[in-house]
Amino acid sequence: MPASMLKVQIWRGEAQGEFRDYEVPRQDSQTILDVVTYIQRKLDPTLSYRFACRVGMCGSCAMTVNGRPRWTCRTHISRVLEDGFVRIEPLRNLPIIKDLATDLVPFFEKWQGARGRFEGSRTRDDDFSTVLPSEPRRAAASAAIECINCAVCYSACDVVNWREEYLGPAALNRAWAAYNDERDNNPLGVLKAVAAGGGCGSCHAHQSCVEHCPVELNPTESIAGLKRVSLQAWLKGDLR
Amino acid sequence: MTLRAYVLQRLSAALMAPLVIVHIVVMIIAVQGGLSAAEILGRTQGSWLWGGFYSLFVIAAAIHASVGVANVIEEWLGWSRAAAVGIAHTLALVILVLGLRAVYAVVVV
Repeated sequence: MPASMLKVQIWRGEAQGEFRDYEVPRQDSQTILDVVTYIQRKLDPTLSYRFACRVGMCGSCAMTVNGRPRWTCRTHISRVLEDGFVRIEPLRNLPIIKDLATDLVPFFEKWQGARGRFEGSRTRDDDFSTVLPSEPRRAAASAAIECINCAVCYSACDVVNWREEYLGPAALNRAWAAYNDERDNNPLGVLKAVAAGGGCGSCHAHQSCVEHCPVELNPTESIAGLKRVSLQAWLKGDLR
Repeated sequence: MTLRAYVLQRLSAALMAPLVIVHIVVMIIAVQGGLSAAEILGRTQGSWLWGGFYSLFVIAAAIHASVGVANVIEEWLGWSRAAAVGIAHTLALVILVLGLRAVYAVVVV
């Protein structure tokens, strides 16, 4: 094999399946998504995978690369190669639909479970809410609002792996943003959702989510915030 | 883990932290000072202060350990919540009985 070829191993199948070997020409500025796309277009059109924007905004293309969950469109192959070899698998902790495509339904169901949606009471006849950038709650919400829903943190989290009901870092991070949203009319509803069995209390603060988040968010800090306010609400009797 | 279990584990940890420090410091002072077992028992027997101190310690340890063990059983062994809670309650009872019996022995008997 010439030195300009990459040795690529890709998971084929569903939960039961096997790794298959491919050889892909090495190119400058080549991303992992480029490698997968080359295989699908030139070597094996039956390969299934998911992507959309290719610029790190949509969160569709996450896969496990040499054992680590990554956004594949913004990760250069040169960063992950080990002796010219790369192994690409679907994300962990999610059902596999086929090959590299996972079923994200459980991931988004948990967003709903964490009440990660906005609930406002204003109508179009009301004036705008005044939210000052300097307010502490607005600053806390900032830490969570840039999430691209890629599920990399969900795949990296050991507690998700251990506890089926655990909501996971992304959903809890979103819940922290909702809790700190000045316009949300039911912050206690968020706390009730995240205080249940698989909620924020289950987080071990391993910080795998922080380590792997491609947009460098800190879900562990958001979950710590939820733990803090939940504890205060529990002591006040609001959550009992 | 439910919020109730989370709160119990954190509060029992917060309670145990100063108790452990006092326990270790007093133990080192007693041993370095050359006190015999009989002399230590002479100071603890009839002392409601030490009886209360170690009773609190035992109760906090029973709560903290059982919540932690329930988590380990659920997360590492994958057993059901009912099994984990059952084992945790049994463990809490064992720690309570053994611990309070020891407190009784050094304070009352």
